[in-house]
Amino acid sequence: MRKQFITACLYTLVTTVLLGLGYPLAVTVLAHFLMPAKANGELIAKNGVLVGSQLIGQPFTGPGYFNSRPSAAGTGYDAANSSGSNLGPTNATLIARVEQSVQSWKAREVENPNGSTDVPVDLVTTSGSGLDPDITVAAAEYQVASVAQARGLPTDQVKHLVQAHIEPRQFGILGEPRVNVLELNLALDVLAADRK
Amino acid sequence: MTENGWFQIALFFLLIVLIARPLGIYMADVFERRKTFLDPLLVPVERALYKLTGVEADKEMRWTEYGIAMLFFSVVSMLVLYLIERIQHWLPWNPQHLPNVPAVLALNTAASFTTNTNWQSYVPETTMTYLTQMAGLAYHNFASAAVGMALAIAMVRGISRREQNTLGNFWVDVTRAILWVLLPISIVFALALVSQGVVQNLRPYDTAHLLESQKVVSQDASGKSTTQAITTQTIAQGPVASQEAIKMLGTNGGGFFNTNSAHPFENPTPFSNLLEMLAIFAISAGLTVTMGRMTNSPRHGWAVFAAMAILFLGGITTAYWAEAQGNPLMHGVAQQASATQAGGNMEGKEVRFGIANSALFATVTTDASCGAVNGMHDSFTPLGGMVPLVNIMLGEIIFGGVGAGLYGMLIFVILSVFIAGLMVGRTPEYLGKKIEAYDVKMAMLYVLVFPLLILGFTGVTVLLPHLGLSSLANAGPHGLSEILYAFTSAAGNNGSAFAGLNANTNYYNLTLSMVMLSGRFLMIVPMLAVAGNLARKKIAPASAGTFPVTTPLFTILLTGVIVIVGALTFFPALTLGPILEHLLMYAGKTF
Repeated sequence: MRKQFITACLYTLVTTVLLGLGYPLAVTVLAHFLMPAKANGELIAKNGVLVGSQLIGQPFTGPGYFNSRPSAAGTGYDAANSSGSNLGPTNATLIARVEQSVQSWKAREVENPNGSTDVPVDLVTTSGSGLDPDITVAAAEYQVASVAQARGLPTDQVKHLVQAHIEPRQFGILGEPRVNVLELNLALDVLAADRK
Repeated sequence: MTENGWFQIALFFLLIVLIARPLGIYMADVFERRKTFLDPLLVPVERALYKLTGVEADKEMRWTEYGIAMLFFSVVSMLVLYLIERIQHWLPWNPQHLPNVPAVLALNTAASFTTNTNWQSYVPETTMTYLTQMAGLAYHNFASAAVGMALAIAMVRGISRREQNTLGNFWVDVTRAILWVLLPISIVFALALVSQGVVQNLRPYDTAHLLESQKVVSQDASGKSTTQAITTQTIAQGPVASQEAIKMLGTNGGGFFNTNSAHPFENPTPFSNLLEMLAIFAISAGLTVTMGRMTNSPRHGWAVFAAMAILFLGGITTAYWAEAQGNPLMHGVAQQASATQAGGNMEGKEVRFGIANSALFATVTTDASCGAVNGMHDSFTPLGGMVPLVNIMLGEIIFGGVGAGLYGMLIFVILSVFIAGLMVGRTPEYLGKKIEAYDVKMAMLYVLVFPLLILGFTGVTVLLPHLGLSSLANAGPHGLSEILYAFTSAAGNNGSAFAGLNANTNYYNLTLSMVMLSGRFLMIVPMLAVAGNLARKKIAPASAGTFPVTTPLFTILLTGVIVIVGALTFFPALTLGPILEHLLMYAGKTF
């Protein structure tokens, strides 16, 4: 018994050094050697200023940008405090929040390209992480006309911009087609600047 | 539901079938100490480890000795984790200057990670330092998984050995599980995750300048509203990939970040998502093949695999269907699947995963006792959210936790054989061993501890308005589901949650700690007793009256026993929670 106990103590100590320090540090060194940009979060700098990560969503709520999804992380897209809403399907707060989002989208008088007046579901629901970097293709197309109007750009140009930013299913099979909102908006800024 | 969605689900299942055999055969070689291709590299490390820690590798253990070694290891490593949490502020790799973890929360977390549950009452990015995550939490991801595998192998030895008193050496089994299986796969897997964008660094959090600054209006208690301008975004970093790899492979499930595998830094692409789901099932699926090999009855291994597969396919079909229906209470919202969107119930789900991959992940993570999530189960539709709940209630045996899934399933196999014996009026036999009163008593103890913990604690908690109900985020039947899910997840050592429930209170931290520890160790003891007792028995030659355990008939009986035991126990509770909520939702009722 006593011998087993001593072994348990020594075993915990030795394996903690091996698995708790050796393993993660070795992976860190390898990752930085092989893929430094990815290991640091695919950060995007503009004119030397850090403007975000390609993988982490940012809040966009005004008419001049493609809006991202609503977020339950902190005050919205707080990347040091990721969170979903955790509201259940029959929660009155959820249903009221969605209703309000639907009204505010309709108030922008945007027109759904497929003819219906319904708002794409991802634009009125919060994501799991609160940091979703993407919107669906439907949600991007839904916003084309209003963004073009707010920016004073031809609708066709903005439409092409969206088309160019559609990320298809990975390997043609996995996941869902999507549009990265931060990258799309960075490209939108470039497009608007070029016209001036 | 889309064709592509079904295709992705089918592809996942096919890959699991393909992985199971080679991995299972490899693990049989590892645990029976036969030659493997990694030996030249690992045998010296293994020898050094035994020398440093005083392990006598050739000494076999009885089931009681095996159990005591397992308990010592668990207790000591749990105390070390508790200690690290309590002094983390003064230790290195704390760039955010996080304080020490409060006592009750530290206890809950230590119990949670030691039992392979990885229930998280805390927000990791604001609570745990990089050192605690690496040397405390990720360490236990290895340790608890290796312990589970060792116990499963001990159980298999109990079945395959004849007239012996011993089950192997605990330390050798744990060491070989770590060095030959968990560590090498984790290194490769971690680098694959980095290639998809999972971060791996020790730097302080980054501050990005928002493209469009935000005005946030908030109201205080007196109704006075203040406007706050937000111009920056703090981006949490950390050694995530190394932890993510073992978190999935060891079916632990404790996220580096609060939102777990929904967080883009933990699970950035659909491919990382596929790899993570495969890692959850890989070892548990492989162990059925290992079991078949070690008992000289490969077809029995596949018969058990088939029962698990049937239950998995039932779960995913229900979950995918339910989530694709969307939420009937939302009006003016396009929830239909089309060429440009996945549609469905997107609250709490990520666009890159859509409905199919969110439903699949939820099913996989609760079939196995992983508990990682890539979408918020609390926001699933009532029936979609019931699938994860039922998966755990069936006993975490649909592939299950690494090791724990197999030994749990073998208990159900013994019950099935016993019931088949009763039906034909003969003494039940399992692979030549007579199943007698002692074995069935111990198996029943294993089966009964589980619902007793879940229903007992849930029952008490709903009667406590200040301690229990004040933590709820949702009212109505969904509130009951939140509490029921918490204790089910803890007892099943799963760790996923209906996360709206605020579990970081003294009441929940303490009760859930008790349930997690009981759900692991009170079930391991009777299981080891069965293993020890079986090892001692003679093997009788099969006769015409022997019930074969390699046929589809056996698979159907086993599946039936699992479903009937689960349904009889939990159906009343489910009726008052998710089923009632489903009916009320379609009646247009909100809470």
